[in-house]
Amino acid sequence: MSDELVIGGRKFNSRFILGSGKFSLEMTKAVMENGGVEIATLAVRRANAGGEENILDYMPKGLTLLPNTSGARNSEEAVRIAMLARELGCGDMIKIEIIRDSRYLLPDNCETIKATRILSGEGFIVMPYMMPDLSAARSMADAGASAIMPLGAPIGSNKGLLTKDFIKIMIDELDLPVIVDAGIGRPSQACEAMEMGCAAVMANTAIATAGNIPMMAKAFKLAIEAGRAAFLSKPGRVLQKGGEASSPLTGFLEDIK
Amino acid sequence: MTREFTDAEDYRRYMGSIRSDVMENTFSKASLFDLSSFTARDIENTLAKERLDTEDLASLLSPAAEAFLERMAIRARQETRKYFGNSVNIFTPLYTSNHCENGCLYCGFSRDNVIHRAKLSSEEIEKEMSKIAESGLTEILILTGESRKMADVDFIGECVKTAAKHFSNIGVEVYPLNVEEYRHLHDCGADYVTVFQETYDPERYAKLHPFGPKRIFSYRFNAQERALMGGMRGVAFGALLGLGDFRRDALACGIHAYLIQRKYPHAEISFSLPRLRPFINGRYSPETVSERDLLQIALAYRIFMPFSGQTISSRESPGFRDNIVGLSATKISAGVSVGIGGHADEKKGDEQFDISDPRDVREIRKALTERGLQPVFNDYVRV
Repeated sequence: MSDELVIGGRKFNSRFILGSGKFSLEMTKAVMENGGVEIATLAVRRANAGGEENILDYMPKGLTLLPNTSGARNSEEAVRIAMLARELGCGDMIKIEIIRDSRYLLPDNCETIKATRILSGEGFIVMPYMMPDLSAARSMADAGASAIMPLGAPIGSNKGLLTKDFIKIMIDELDLPVIVDAGIGRPSQACEAMEMGCAAVMANTAIATAGNIPMMAKAFKLAIEAGRAAFLSKPGRVLQKGGEASSPLTGFLEDIK
Repeated sequence: MTREFTDAEDYRRYMGSIRSDVMENTFSKASLFDLSSFTARDIENTLAKERLDTEDLASLLSPAAEAFLERMAIRARQETRKYFGNSVNIFTPLYTSNHCENGCLYCGFSRDNVIHRAKLSSEEIEKEMSKIAESGLTEILILTGESRKMADVDFIGECVKTAAKHFSNIGVEVYPLNVEEYRHLHDCGADYVTVFQETYDPERYAKLHPFGPKRIFSYRFNAQERALMGGMRGVAFGALLGLGDFRRDALACGIHAYLIQRKYPHAEISFSLPRLRPFINGRYSPETVSERDLLQIALAYRIFMPFSGQTISSRESPGFRDNIVGLSATKISAGVSVGIGGHADEKKGDEQFDISDPRDVREIRKALTERGLQPVFNDYVRV
């Protein structure tokens, strides 16, 4: 059975999106291969075309780049960074990150909606990173987003799916892929996100801070595949909450015969 | 002798004021804590917390926390990894002028200290910056001595414009400016401002700065806020450790940065941890601040504000610097010359202080890589 992830008309077999900015560049190829990764994010600010330690030089061929607008504090800055990413040859996919809070690094949904509208108009495949809020997500969808990337927990916190119920609502209500981004700390949490219907999982810190980074990338790959398979197999009653007595409320129908 | 500029109060005429309660709040918060009152149990409680408040910072800077240095290091390393991964940014400073109008008792640039004074010409600045850029660096910090007369804002602006041709990330560490002057430098291409308050003890400060515009404590204190009001993206804080009670100075500096971040949540905050160093003709004897003390402060800042940048100066030894970058520091200077010029040609003017780590960019890069850290040359897009 074909089970491709489709974002903006582009098809992918892997549902594991991996960040690239927190581990040694020379490890990039091994980490991406172990994770079976097809989409990797990179901060445009880290690109150093023609210079030393240029992150773009380390990205394996065949990988789809998902540049992010890290460093942008408003929609105008995000648009300029996206344009620069395009000039650098990073392709047409862009992950919008607009943050004007240096303490918790929480995204600004209002500015993100504006940037989504502008960049989708410019022909980008736009993937906005956002606070899980259904109204904002609908506005981003209306503005031309190709996927929605709500945070599970603050960036780098490794706290998992703190916003689980709100992400679930978004999965139920939106027709776009919902990709949980930020906060996923363990493969089991990635598995849970996939099991509840997320289209993909984006992680970075959890892998970058592991003792064995390539092995952790592989663990995430397997967990994401397991979660996806569980979702597709339509979980049965074993996953429902609580037990069920045999017809305690409707058994009377037999009694009154 | 002309009456003009003979009294420090004369300088107030061009010092713009802003409405701010940050200084008052910094002192009132800092005064709440007696650092000798913290116990081992307090430190245990602080380290068990996820997010720290100013009292927790005070506890980590206290003498009682000395016994917890290893545990602080473990926590600090975790926080650094979470926010920065294994990335360490490399930059270099360029001193463009050592003329100074201040009388700081502890500084080699001090007005009455007999040293070779110089200011780089525009051709020399271009040459120095080209040479630095050849090393692959994309971040530069432009410094001057504190003399509006000899290195005015237009001169600094021209330095920044030249830098913008070679570097993506430009910071300035110059005398405190007014909001519109910071805006001018921002328009020229600078995005980051560093100002050291030296000591946060106003009485000590007055004794150490007998003349010159630097006497005006509050104007210096509010520099970071004016820089942010002028459009700068980030500001760096530091106390020159050894001038006063280093624990209390570190506490006030941490609270200062904390309050600025609360007022300007978008601002990128970073700390520097300079220790007083010997200099030409230097006679000032600093309070003793050991490397252990310095590490305690660095770790405390990392745990208190885990998202903040932290720069480790070439004032420190290679061994100390190589180890602290994995724990709390996120930025390290390389190829440092603290004389005027000295990158392309022989230095044109004398140094502010003696450095302890003369390694060039290639050597620093190698040292970082050998420790499993990722040297980062470019981490900024100007938008």
